[in-house]
Amino acid sequence: MTKERVLEEVNNIFREVLENELIVILPETVADDIEEWDSLTHIHLVVQMEKHFKIKFSSMEIQSWNNAGEMVDSIAAKAPAQ
Amino acid sequence: METFLELKRNSKKPTDGFDRFNLAVLGDSATQFLKIGLIGSAWNARIQLDLWEADFDQILNQVFDMNSDLYESNRDGVLLYYSSEKLWHKFNKTNADEREGFASKYIAEIEEVIQTIGSRSEAKIIIYNLAEFDDAVFGNLTNRVTGSFLFQIRKFNYELMLLSQRTASLFVVDLNAVQSRMGREHFHAANIQINSDVMMSLEATAQVAQQTLKLIASMKGRSKKCLILDLDNTLWGGIVGDDGYEHLQIGSLGIGKAFSNLQWWAKRLQERGIILAVCSKNFEEVAKEPFEKHPDMVLKLSDIAVFVANWENKADNIRHIQQILNIGFDSMVFLDDNPFERNIVRTSLPEVLVPELPEDPALYLEYLQAQNIFDTIIYSSFDKQRTEQYQTEAKRATLLASFTNESEYLQSLNMTCEVEAPNRFNIPRIAQLSQRSNQFNLRTVRLTEADLLRWENDKSYEVMSFSLADRYGDYGLVCVVILKDQGNRQTFIENWFMSCRVLKRGMENFTLNTIVEKAIERGWDRIHGEYIPTTKNAMVSSHFSELGFLGYNGLWTLEVSDYERKETFISKLKNPMIVQPL
Repeated sequence: MTKERVLEEVNNIFREVLENELIVILPETVADDIEEWDSLTHIHLVVQMEKHFKIKFSSMEIQSWNNAGEMVDSIAAKAPAQ
Repeated sequence: METFLELKRNSKKPTDGFDRFNLAVLGDSATQFLKIGLIGSAWNARIQLDLWEADFDQILNQVFDMNSDLYESNRDGVLLYYSSEKLWHKFNKTNADEREGFASKYIAEIEEVIQTIGSRSEAKIIIYNLAEFDDAVFGNLTNRVTGSFLFQIRKFNYELMLLSQRTASLFVVDLNAVQSRMGREHFHAANIQINSDVMMSLEATAQVAQQTLKLIASMKGRSKKCLILDLDNTLWGGIVGDDGYEHLQIGSLGIGKAFSNLQWWAKRLQERGIILAVCSKNFEEVAKEPFEKHPDMVLKLSDIAVFVANWENKADNIRHIQQILNIGFDSMVFLDDNPFERNIVRTSLPEVLVPELPEDPALYLEYLQAQNIFDTIIYSSFDKQRTEQYQTEAKRATLLASFTNESEYLQSLNMTCEVEAPNRFNIPRIAQLSQRSNQFNLRTVRLTEADLLRWENDKSYEVMSFSLADRYGDYGLVCVVILKDQGNRQTFIENWFMSCRVLKRGMENFTLNTIVEKAIERGWDRIHGEYIPTTKNAMVSSHFSELGFLGYNGLWTLEVSDYERKETFISKLKNPMIVQPL
């Protein structure tokens, strides 16, 4: 799956989980940029991404991302091509 | 079952007009997601959950701190969540020679926690049992090694059941059963646990929360009481009118096992006290034939309290069943294989629960079992007699039709009533009636066995239970009155609730006569009563005025000296356990 496509779907998941239609996630977005993105919702986001893309993140990955772009990279590397 | 995301959305929706339940949550691991799941599930159950969450891993600190917010006065329930994942760490740190006592040690801790909470609060206690997993130190031999982790976890779960049997205020939610259904790999997410100390996956959290709310809903008296069954392709395979009863798929014919299994389940529910009714589009004689003649039918006509087979609209037929049984629509469950019929019933009677049965009859039973539809917080041996009671009721109805005068009819019933204080035989039934009565319930204050045991030695309370019988049979314990001494020679009717099965028997008059006798015995000059309206109890909104109480500011009062005994056709059985007034 292309990173552009992943980023688009990641945006939808953020809006769904954080219940805010106005959120826009860019590759350089970090948790501090989004008010609703705290450690609790981070877990919920991770679970929702796993479910949506039918992948599993390793426990190390979950802690390793420095911004949304790195999360997208992880997903793009795992998600089956469609 | 709703997903976690759906529950999260529901957790933010308005709850105006919902019943309330005040719950404290104490966990040994992170409970933030559980909190969201519980509030969302409560919304689905039309309950406003006022939830207080203790800090992470603070169970003992909160329980033994007298000033803890845990002991806020209006707490209805306390949820204790010990997790097997956390206990595994404690197990590791236990000396090898003490591991055999691990389960006993934690059961003793929980027993102390419950006693401490019980001494400071009337809240009911809900506890999750442990999600079993094998730490694979002993392999299969774990079943023989007392000091293995799995052995101890299973012992804990078993001991917890025993503890719940001897502790009236303790209720177990079967977390392990949820895990068995989902599988360990879906129940637990190790990558999440490592990062956040959350022990359940979000989907498991959603299911556990919904299970918990089933229990809380039955604490609020919301249990299901009646299962209404369609026949063709629901209770048996095939169409009896077309195929003939000999060719129905039941027992060993075709996929008959699927239907037999469903019937066994219904039979077991019936034995537990769930009322079974039939609602089928058929000619009545044809519909009854399999029950009478097919050797593989598990259910017999004697198991069915109300049998309705005709060509009318099913919603109307369910209304008819509801009138005979005199229970709320929200306590009824309707099973039908036909989506069209299900939709008609769902649309006209939204309060009736209509499970969306899977297409394949082989899947009916597991689907229904996973829904945990018939949760309850009470079980007593009286439940078993219920079907018989409703059938007897049908006989009485036939007799009533032959009388023109109601008094004559009541007299012909030869009714007798036994009045008793709570004792170890009737306490379960009193508590049960308190949970189940919604319509004839003046203040809808629910009682548990624990409440009744507490009042046993408290002279300021008088609890009277009424058991009615007539020439056709026993109604059993049908009415309870709780009087509270208010000092100044006055008493307050803390609650008065009655089974709707004995409406129009003059039971209210008999009960009031008995209350006044008790007042004279205790030296009370005035009896006060109160009616607290709910969505269900409009039936008794003018109860006190009809009985001659005078109302002022929502409080009703009867002067004992002015009281004239009410006419009643019920005679009191002499009972050595109560003191008869002169």
